[in-house]
Amino acid sequence: MRNITALLAGAVFGTGIAISGMINPAKVQNFFDLAGTWDPSLAFVMTGALLVTFVGYRLVLKRPAPVFDTSFHLPAKKQLDLPLLAGAATFGIGWGITGFCPGGSIPALGLAEPSALIFIAAMVVGIALARITGNWRQASASVDADADG
Amino acid sequence: MTEFTPFASFLGGTLIGLAAVLLMALHGRIAGMTGILSGLIPPTAPDWTWRLAFLAGAVAAPALITGFGGYAIPFHSGVPAPWLVVGGLIVGIGVHFGAGCPSGHSVCGIARLSRRSITATLVFMASTAVTVFIVRHVLGGLS
Repeated sequence: MRNITALLAGAVFGTGIAISGMINPAKVQNFFDLAGTWDPSLAFVMTGALLVTFVGYRLVLKRPAPVFDTSFHLPAKKQLDLPLLAGAATFGIGWGITGFCPGGSIPALGLAEPSALIFIAAMVVGIALARITGNWRQASASVDADADG
Repeated sequence: MTEFTPFASFLGGTLIGLAAVLLMALHGRIAGMTGILSGLIPPTAPDWTWRLAFLAGAVAAPALITGFGGYAIPFHSGVPAPWLVVGGLIVGIGVHFGAGCPSGHSVCGIARLSRRSITATLVFMASTAVTVFIVRHVLGGLS
């Protein structure tokens, strides 16, 4: 049952990514191209997503626990730190070059787009490399559980 | 050029939000693709099955919409393969240390009013805009 509901949530996510245009790297790049072929659509994606999540989270997080777990897994870290800032700045460079972010690229696999496959393969290697470096520096033993998103 | 699609984009956005609320209500998890995907990269997280199920759903939905629904989903990537590899590596390293991406930080994190997520979103939005400007208007595109 747990996996079926996760599959359904994933399907809703993938449908949203597809309909919204987040699946389209050219559209993503155009959102950021204020000096060129600007397409403001993605501001509407974020508005729609935030409206639902802002209200929905408040209703859900009032409950004692989620349906299939004993507690909510919320990021514990509150303070800003260098990895967060440097990581976010670094991510933006890759997002700008390719127009792909993790959440946009995975559903693009469903369109059988080779560009998405190439990007995802490289991204997975990037995460694995960063994780090895992170562990080597003993930055955090359980980085994934600590991820904000 | 891509077509300005305020209604479809807003509707798609509400579905992304709905998925985030569902995943929190049912599994108590943040719908951040970085966190979900990371748990599937060896060494995998002990709870890898729901992660794989979420990913499978996210991949299957666009396939079903185009394959069975007959609805064409606009997609265009003019980025040469070597740059996809470079960009992919950079994204992977960035989201690992930045602890998230747009789905986790800009939707789930901002909805929780997380200071880290709001800051991360502002930083990567700025960094992306600068990169797109350099790529398109200084370098004149990638080849």
